Amino acid sequence: MNPWIFVGLFLVVGLIIPVGAIAVAWILAPKKPNPIKQTTYECGIETVGESWVQFKAQYYIFALVFLVFDVETVFLFPWAVKLGALGLFAVVEGIIFILILFAGLVYTWRKGMLEWA
Amino acid sequence: MTPDQIVFLIVAFVTLGSGLMVVTTRNLVHAALWLVATLFGVAVTYALLNANFLAIVQVVVYIGAIAILFIFAVMLTRRDMRDQGPQVNKNWWFGALLAVATFGGLFFLLQGWNGMSKTAPTYPVSFDAISELGNALTSPAGYVLPFEVASVLLVTALVGAVYIAFNRK
Amino acid sequence: MSFWNDPLKVAADWLMGIFTGWGMPELLAQVLIGFLGIFILVALLMVLDIALVWVERKVVARFQDRIGPNRLGPFGLIQPFADIVKLIIKEDTTPGGADKVVYNIAPMLSMMSVLILWAVVPLAPTILGVDLNIGVLYIIAAGAIGTLSIIMAGWSSNNKFALIGAFRQVAVMVSFEIPMLATLLIPTILAGSMGTSAIVEGQTIWYFLLSPLGALIFLIAAIAELGRAPFDMAEGESELVSGYNIEYSGMKFGMFYAGELLHAFTFGGFWAIMFFGGYRFFGLEKVSPFLAIAIILFKAFIGYWIIMWVKYTLMRIRIDHMLSFNWKFLTPLAFVLLMVTALMNTLLAGTPTWLYIAGMFLSNILVGWGALEIARSYSRREREKVERPKPVVETAHH
Repeated sequence: MNPWIFVGLFLVVGLIIPVGAIAVAWILAPKKPNPIKQTTYECGIETVGESWVQFKAQYYIFALVFLVFDVETVFLFPWAVKLGALGLFAVVEGIIFILILFAGLVYTWRKGMLEWA
Repeated sequence: MTPDQIVFLIVAFVTLGSGLMVVTTRNLVHAALWLVATLFGVAVTYALLNANFLAIVQVVVYIGAIAILFIFAVMLTRRDMRDQGPQVNKNWWFGALLAVATFGGLFFLLQGWNGMSKTAPTYPVSFDAISELGNALTSPAGYVLPFEVASVLLVTALVGAVYIAFNRK
Repeated sequence: MSFWNDPLKVAADWLMGIFTGWGMPELLAQVLIGFLGIFILVALLMVLDIALVWVERKVVARFQDRIGPNRLGPFGLIQPFADIVKLIIKEDTTPGGADKVVYNIAPMLSMMSVLILWAVVPLAPTILGVDLNIGVLYIIAAGAIGTLSIIMAGWSSNNKFALIGAFRQVAVMVSFEIPMLATLLIPTILAGSMGTSAIVEGQTIWYFLLSPLGALIFLIAAIAELGRAPFDMAEGESELVSGYNIEYSGMKFGMFYAGELLHAFTFGGFWAIMFFGGYRFFGLEKVSPFLAIAIILFKAFIGYWIIMWVKYTLMRIRIDHMLSFNWKFLTPLAFVLLMVTALMNTLLAGTPTWLYIAGMFLSNILVGWGALEIARSYSRREREKVERPKPVVETAHH
């Protein structure tokens, strides 16, 4: 009996609850749309300019650095599970792995990629 | 039709359908979201195969990092939310021909394989996939060198991306 | 075995007997029983969520030296129900130009990502949603879905502030996942497994004693993941109004709000599971599973209390300070701690228990002290650079 079936059931039930709540609200709430209500909110005044954001490269850089470290940490999980049973050799291997990626982080830091401005 | 087969067919249908929507939808942000659905379908396929670690890593890395990266790139470079572009270029017939030829080739190769009717052997009850993976990654007779090389690969990717971004500033 | 010792198995067997007596195939009966169990758990969670709304408002009131809701019912206990009725009957205005499908799906995904976390919360030695052997990574995967829902909400609202708020929130959430993953590796190393029930079973000594710095870093990273103060850049009321959920009203907003509170409570629970022994309390959990559930809920409430305490005491941090703090201090610290823990765990493997605890504890304290010293010397240098008396500049005459 695959345990993932129950995870799938959790997903289904987890979707039923908010869908149900929003459906109840949709049934019971008044629906009187008019153009004023549907304008986008900008601190109570009329909107100025189009609603798009100036491309700020920093968002992408942070997501990229996160991606590299995410993959690294995911690699470390099977290592961590077996660490108790194996000896010092496995620990040293893992430390080398982390140190190599540490060097990558220091390089990124020194190049100024981790600044927000 | 066993329940396993029915579930697999549904999941495969959803995954392929989402993949089709990725390339045919006009709105680029919707395409990124259909990609998330496709990646989730692949994760469910791994789960059906009892590859727990791979399924969860698929969600964590692909959906949690790579799809977010795609979505950032798409959203930060759009001028307008309702972006519509032309869907096909002049040579669409060549692309379609190539796709059909590839599919035909794969079909021809796989229909001679007799593995489709075999069931995979079940693991003994004490088999723990993650400990075996941990053993393989850290034992000298196993994959310890590719393990370290993987970290070098990741640092190379990081350094390359930083170098490109730095030059253009 | 009686009902009080193993309620889930007894109930499941009884229902299975009834269903197969009706002629249902066994697989379908198992799925149906699972569905019923999960539905009951999620219903109880929603009731808990309602109670958390009341707790949050009363606690914030006390921190701010006022009383909080006290009009509806004794001690304001009916207040959350009034809030729910209000949210349900409030008109749901969709902003013009919003991307309707994505706009509607976002709150549902946000709530779902919190509810599915409870599949790996071990409530008692015999009560666990799904005994996955990758429980720790499952937490991060559910967080990934939550992150996706925030960016969907911000984008589809067709509103500059929502978009900026959503991007900043996602950048912070994504950045703080790295120290969280690194500190989640520490219970994995100490317990030898990624499954949450195995981590709780392995805590004959609470992991807080073996790795206090790890617990602290996990708490900081969790507060950032939750998007709560002092890391609530996206929701800064005075700056971005309400961030990614500006354009949401009615029950959709309710889903975001209730989801955030339940998420905070769930992470209080995970802090208790990973570092404070989960449902363990000196053998008390073996008496009855219901006592174990009470113990873990109590510990989760303490964790939630600490998260609320931090929220209502500290000031909001600026976005660039937040990200600098993460990438330049917390991530290197978390990885150094990981290396030191792995090394000390292997070096002290065969030693008597008191030496093991003392060694791990001291190594944590040393790493933390070293990090603070480095930070202090760095900030001293920065301050000297700013405060150095500037040389007098000669201006050219005529």
